[in-house]
Amino acid sequence: MSMEFSIPNKAKKVTLLLIIIGAVFTLLGIALNYESHHFVTRLLSSGLVNAFFFFALGLGALFFLALQYATETGWYASVKRVIESIAGFLPYGMGILGITLLIITLMDGAHIYGWMDPDVIDPTNHHYDELIAGKTWYLSKGFFWIRTIIYFTVYYLFLNGFKKRSLEEDRIGGTELHFKNYKRGAMFLVFFAVFSSTSSWDWIMSIDVHWFSTLFGWYTFAGMWCTAMVVIVLTVIYLKKLGYLERVNDSHIHDIGKWIFATSFLWSYLFFSQYMLIWYANIGEEVSYYMMRVENFQALYFTMFVVNFAFPMLILMSRDSKRNTGILSLIGVIILCGHWTDVYIMITGGSLGANAHIGFMEVGMAILMAGIFIRVVLNNLTKAPLMPVNHPFLDESLHHEI
Amino acid sequence: MAETIIYAMYDDDDILKDGAKKLVSKGVKITEVFSPFPVHGIDPIIGIKDTRLGIMAFLYGLTGTVLATVGMRYMMVVDWPMNIGGKPNFSYLENILAFIPVTFEFTVLCAAHGMAITYFLRNKTLPGMPAQNPDPRTTDDRFVMEIRTDENQKFSLKELETLVKETGIVEFDKKSRE
Repeated sequence: MSMEFSIPNKAKKVTLLLIIIGAVFTLLGIALNYESHHFVTRLLSSGLVNAFFFFALGLGALFFLALQYATETGWYASVKRVIESIAGFLPYGMGILGITLLIITLMDGAHIYGWMDPDVIDPTNHHYDELIAGKTWYLSKGFFWIRTIIYFTVYYLFLNGFKKRSLEEDRIGGTELHFKNYKRGAMFLVFFAVFSSTSSWDWIMSIDVHWFSTLFGWYTFAGMWCTAMVVIVLTVIYLKKLGYLERVNDSHIHDIGKWIFATSFLWSYLFFSQYMLIWYANIGEEVSYYMMRVENFQALYFTMFVVNFAFPMLILMSRDSKRNTGILSLIGVIILCGHWTDVYIMITGGSLGANAHIGFMEVGMAILMAGIFIRVVLNNLTKAPLMPVNHPFLDESLHHEI
Repeated sequence: MAETIIYAMYDDDDILKDGAKKLVSKGVKITEVFSPFPVHGIDPIIGIKDTRLGIMAFLYGLTGTVLATVGMRYMMVVDWPMNIGGKPNFSYLENILAFIPVTFEFTVLCAAHGMAITYFLRNKTLPGMPAQNPDPRTTDDRFVMEIRTDENQKFSLKELETLVKETGIVEFDKKSRE
């Protein structure tokens, strides 16, 4: 049985085309807006949106992998290599996100992270902001970078460990590695429970520096999880279409479809919980976040919510549609766009507000990143046999039937 | 003609499943299987159609959504506009956020109760209804397959008996009914 994957020429051409189109659009966007007043903020906001969105796809896959290990799940064993390959984008994602954050830091926040500007914490300056000055023990460049580096290091170490043990398991088998993965999976979830919240405060919530929400971390995490599941199912469908993963059956695809359905609900639930509580309480410093978004992005914001909530709910509700690869792919692509818009509004709503537009720059960077992402994931898929050999639950997975 | 019902008892669900496959491949129609727990994969073997409970659940849920919306609109907006927390209910749409949690709960309530009651009715297992299973041991550790002669006209009773007895049963029973 041939289990080695090699990137088809067509995929090589398409990803290269995506990268070229994306780069051309980005340059076009830069050329068209170079003179405009908010150019630097817009460029870096767009960079942050796309760096974070694609980084989150990898991180969501890593989280899902750890979750499967920690819960000793059986069914996923035959799609494990797909999850690992998507999680394998993480080092690239961290690199791009890290560079974006570094440029922003070197520019004293670039009007994205207002708290990085030394003027706002200088009592003699007329930009002095007492609220931000009171938060400097947490929101300072030094501590921000210590945290960012800790997140990246921990994610990288766990990813590496999982990947290494996965290949080792193929060679030597046995249950010792399995129980080690079980423990490491649980340990990762403990780190991730804290880091997923604090990192979303650091990288996204601190853009609206006066505002805070305890739900924000979960909200970001739910979007990350949902999009990662979509990418997993799209990759599995693509590989099956090429004739790989022949032992992966309808039931596996159905199960991933269920995860998309469930995580879409999780995300919608958290969106609503955060929105409704703030709307009901109607406290000035809390509603400012939503005032900004509803006033400046009204159509986009609510369309995004309806798309991300109603599409998966109504269309993926039935068993048949979760087993239909056409419907799954279509809904998957739609909600990927929906969640990209969500990240876009989260970030630019704070950094640019009324001056935010979606133009060549934003779309171009998204296409560019998509091209890089797909190419990296496909490349990761070539590095290991598509079907694990000695996973203790492999047999259960191959006979998965629901 | 009198109808005879054959009850074949098994002590293992896998043996029953294999037996059912063998019988069905020979053209025997199995009417029903009684078991203490759901036997995975038995439905397609004996030709039971997929449940439509999911469709009913959706309809019950929709009923709940509509009832909650109509009810709250009448009570909170039309009949006596309530002012809660400085948010007067002049229009339903403007304050829809406040009504969503109740709508959600009522939808779940209707869907869950509707499903449970439908399930009991359809299985004739509402509290107090007479038991349908042929042997009380099918609620403990035994599995019973039911075959009716009038659904298997092409076999004689004798032929059916021999076929069934070849499938690893632990007990055989038959009942005649006019």
